[in-house]
Amino acid sequence: MADKQEILSGLAEIVEEVAGVAQDDVSSEKSFVDDLDIDSLSMVEIAVQAEDKFGVKIPDDELANLKTVGDAVDYVANNAK
Amino acid sequence: MSKVLRQKQGPAATRVLGVGSYQPDRVVTNDDLSKIMDTDDQWIRERVGIVERRFAEKDELLVDMAVKAGNAALADAGLEPADVDTVLVPNCTMPAPIPNAAGQVADRIGVKAAGAFDLNAACAGFCYGLGVASDLIRAGSAGRVLVIGAEKLTDVVDPVDRANAIIFADGAGAAVVGPSDEPRIGPVAWGSAGDLVDTIYMRDHKYIYQEGQAVFRWATTQIAPVAMRAVEAAGLELSDIDVLIPHQANLRIVDAIAKRLKAKGAREDLVVADDIVHSGNTSSASIPMALDHMRKAGAVATDDVVLMVGFGAGLSYAGQVVICP
Repeated sequence: MADKQEILSGLAEIVEEVAGVAQDDVSSEKSFVDDLDIDSLSMVEIAVQAEDKFGVKIPDDELANLKTVGDAVDYVANNAK
Repeated sequence: MSKVLRQKQGPAATRVLGVGSYQPDRVVTNDDLSKIMDTDDQWIRERVGIVERRFAEKDELLVDMAVKAGNAALADAGLEPADVDTVLVPNCTMPAPIPNAAGQVADRIGVKAAGAFDLNAACAGFCYGLGVASDLIRAGSAGRVLVIGAEKLTDVVDPVDRANAIIFADGAGAAVVGPSDEPRIGPVAWGSAGDLVDTIYMRDHKYIYQEGQAVFRWATTQIAPVAMRAVEAAGLELSDIDVLIPHQANLRIVDAIAKRLKAKGAREDLVVADDIVHSGNTSSASIPMALDHMRKAGAVATDDVVLMVGFGAGLSYAGQVVICP
C-alpha cells in the first residue's frame, strides 16, 4: 500500500487533471470546496479516478465527509486494499 | 397437432430517411433564471454548460411540439404522411398517463389509423424507440415508422429549483425510419439499472428530483461502455465513428463520455454534440434535435457514422450507430 506522501502526490495529479488546480496547491490542510474551489461534480470525477488509481471504493455518502485533501488521503490510506 | 401460424418477415435492412426538430420560440437565458432564483450565469455555465434554453408557453403542449417535429422529419425525408404507417412517441412528460401522445400526434400529422404508441425510457427514449422502429420494419410489422422524442419538461420541474430548473427545457426531435438496400442503423445496445431507480424520480408525483452526484457518477462511468457495445454490435471500431451524440444531459457528462471513448480508441477529431449549450436538456428529444441542428449547421454530413447513446431515469440506457441521412 502506498504511503501517505505517495497518496497525496497521486491525488494532486488527479485534482490538477480534473479541476486545473496546480499540484503544489493540493496540500493536506486545503479544503476542496473552500480553498480549491472544486464543485460537487468535480469531486465525483476525482473520486472515480482515485478509485481506479488506488483500488479503493469511495461511495457518494463517504465523499461528502472528505472535506480536506488530508481527509481524502487518510480515507485512501485506511481503505485501500 | 396444433395449428402453425404464419409470421411475417420484412426487409433485411433499415435506415433513417429524414430528421426534423422543433423548439418553442421563447428563449430563456441564465440571466433570466437568476432573476427568479439564487443562481447566476457563470455558475450555470460551469456546472452544466448551458447558456440558454427554450421553454414552451402554457398553451403549447407536448403533442403540439411532437407534430411539428414529425412534420419536419417527413419533409426532410421527402415523404407524405401516407408513406408512414406507425408513429412512436418516446416521452416521459405527458400531462397524464391517459391518453397517450402517439395516437393524437399521428392523427394531426395525417397518418391515418397509424399503429401508434408511446414509449417511456426517459432520456434514453429516442434510442430505445429507434431500435424498436428498426426492428418493427425488419419484422414486417411496419412499413415506415415516425419516431418522435417530445418533452415538455417545464411541466415537471419546480421553476425555482436551482438544481433542475437550470437544466431542463422543452422541444421535440424526430426521425423517419424505413427500409434500406443496406444496413444503415446498427443494432441497439440497451439495458437498465433498476437498482438505481431512486436517483431520478418525481417527488410527490409533481417535480423531478435527481441525486446529482450519483447520476453524474453513473453517467460518466457506465455509459461509455454502452456506446462501445453499440459500436461492436454494428461491426465497427471506435475509430470508425465520425460523430458522437450522447443525450444532452449536462455538458460535463457529454465531455466525460467523449473523453472515455477517446481513451478507448475514438478519434481525436471526433465531432461531439454540444447542442445542450443552446437547447438545455430536453430528455427524449435531445438526441434527434442535436442531430437535426448539427446537420443544418454542417457539422454532420450525409454518410457520416454517428454514434448515439441515451441514458436517464429508470435508470435506463440505449445506444446505436446510425449512418447519417
